[in-house]
Amino acid sequence: MTGRPIAGRWGLPLAVIAALAAAQFVLPDYHHTNMARIMVLAVFAIGYNIAFGYAGLLSLGHAMFFAAGLYGAGMTAHFLDFSAPAAFLVGGLCGLLLALLAGAIALRTSGVAFLIVTLMFAQAVFLTILYFNEFTRGDEGFVLAEQIRQLSFGDSVLSLTDPDVRYNAALLLFALCYILSIALLRSPIGRVLVAVRENEQRTQMLGYNTFGYRLFALTLSGALSGLSGAAYALLFAYVGATFASTQYSILPLLWVLLGGVGTTLGPLIGTLLMFYLVDFSSDVTSSYLIVVGVILVVLVIAFPKGIIGTLREKWRRA
Amino acid sequence: MSYGAYLFLAVLEGTVMAFVLAVTALGLSLVFGVMRVVNVAHGEFFMLGAVVAWWVSNMIGGSPLAGFLIALVVGPLVVGAIAIASDWLILRRVDYNPEATIVATIGLLYIIQQSVLILYGPDARSIEPPVYFRVQFPWFGYSGYKLIVAGISAVLLLTTWYALTRTRLGLYMRATQYDQETAQAFGVPVRRVYALVFAIGGGLAAIAGVLVMPIQQAHYLMGHDPLLLSFIVVIIGGLGSLRGTLLAAFIIGISDGVISVFFSPTLAKILATLLVSLVLVVRPQGLFGEKPP
Repeated sequence: MTGRPIAGRWGLPLAVIAALAAAQFVLPDYHHTNMARIMVLAVFAIGYNIAFGYAGLLSLGHAMFFAAGLYGAGMTAHFLDFSAPAAFLVGGLCGLLLALLAGAIALRTSGVAFLIVTLMFAQAVFLTILYFNEFTRGDEGFVLAEQIRQLSFGDSVLSLTDPDVRYNAALLLFALCYILSIALLRSPIGRVLVAVRENEQRTQMLGYNTFGYRLFALTLSGALSGLSGAAYALLFAYVGATFASTQYSILPLLWVLLGGVGTTLGPLIGTLLMFYLVDFSSDVTSSYLIVVGVILVVLVIAFPKGIIGTLREKWRRA
Repeated sequence: MSYGAYLFLAVLEGTVMAFVLAVTALGLSLVFGVMRVVNVAHGEFFMLGAVVAWWVSNMIGGSPLAGFLIALVVGPLVVGAIAIASDWLILRRVDYNPEATIVATIGLLYIIQQSVLILYGPDARSIEPPVYFRVQFPWFGYSGYKLIVAGISAVLLLTTWYALTRTRLGLYMRATQYDQETAQAFGVPVRRVYALVFAIGGGLAAIAGVLVMPIQQAHYLMGHDPLLLSFIVVIIGGLGSLRGTLLAAFIIGISDGVISVFFSPTLAKILATLLVSLVLVVRPQGLFGEKPP
């Protein structure tokens, strides 16, 4: 693979980013906003994929990292008057630190126990947000004021409420995280993570500190989830406890499974498809989440490799 | 009321809750122990039990007692049938692979929950208790129905224990849990045992749902809390250990009751979730779980 020219190794990712950049000029308003939202949420999915897809850590608690970013950015901007970039970084840092802490404890277990412990931690975070309702406005959430949501470069000020600025901010964040996730998978560290996923004991016998690698994967995953949450708060102005509920731990799992576990493009494809599936079905029925259930079951039974995984297999066989 | 009376009330409430929790968690623990399946849809079976209880009492009309007794039979039967169907349609097809079954049961959770939303609606509905009398303590009167709930739960726990240790079916279940392949070689119908265990696990949750229906209200989202509490109980007790599950149900149930009365229910739930992490740090296999090889 190292012998392949740069264009071959980075051709597809660059084409995807270019397509996303071009899309903003053709998309109608409604889909323009949706796409910005999808790119931010796809970063959450990329983060989840690093833990689940690369290192094999099946977590049901990623909502806590997203919420840590959301509240880390939202609260510092709202109460402490942090500027948007500072609040954004604080959000990412909150996700990172929470993942480091949760990982240090939860990674003492593996498999089923790990899943349950992450679910518990996320629930504890969710309940804590509700418990301090006075500050977090957990139930109904709070809206970030417009003057906070600005980027200033010297004299010029870019408002994040402007759809074009918002789209490109989301695109920039997505592109960076997407490239990072590809570079990670191709790096020696990424190879060790995959080895841990496939056979932890054997990797340990080869002399790798598998606990350290798993903790690294979870921490990076939490940091990206936190950045996604922080961007969500700053770009779409709403901060609330619903984003810490179990449903938001299940969604990234669904996005990654639908797109293709362990693939680099899968998170974006899964998020995009699922967003529109939920969007369409919620027009038809109030029980639109049944779509989530049916897709999960069908994926597991018929397409365990997701869209990208199945396509890749077909292409290789042909 | 004095401080002591409050404490007594809190312990009493906690004990009643612990019995219901023990029945629910026993179902989850049984399914995990025998099938190695983490059933994330377990809370929805609980919710279905409560919804069936409402539905039956509405169909029957008249005496709440008759409706309750019929629901106690119909609830677990309906849920057991759904469980067998899910085992056959979903779990068997992914060959009981641990990760795949978790994802599949998350899907099942949404399918059941949203179907109930379509058929039953978003309202919380209540029914009258089947019996109404108060047990008079020196300091306060206490709902007699809640004591009956504890009694029925205790009978169920004993029955399950008896079935597991003294009957052929229990022997099959324990053999399958111990070593599935060897059990099959000795003529245990493993596939049928799996389907039955999934039905019994779901049925236990459904009975718990029927029992709490006159105390709580039936709502399509009510399965979330029992699921989390059952997970807490099963992991503290040790995955697959029934003895541990029972003990942990009482530790969690009673402490939850006491903290809820004296502080806040939210704080009680936060502490319970953090207790899980503490147990895992000190004893990753839970209180009664076997040490991993």
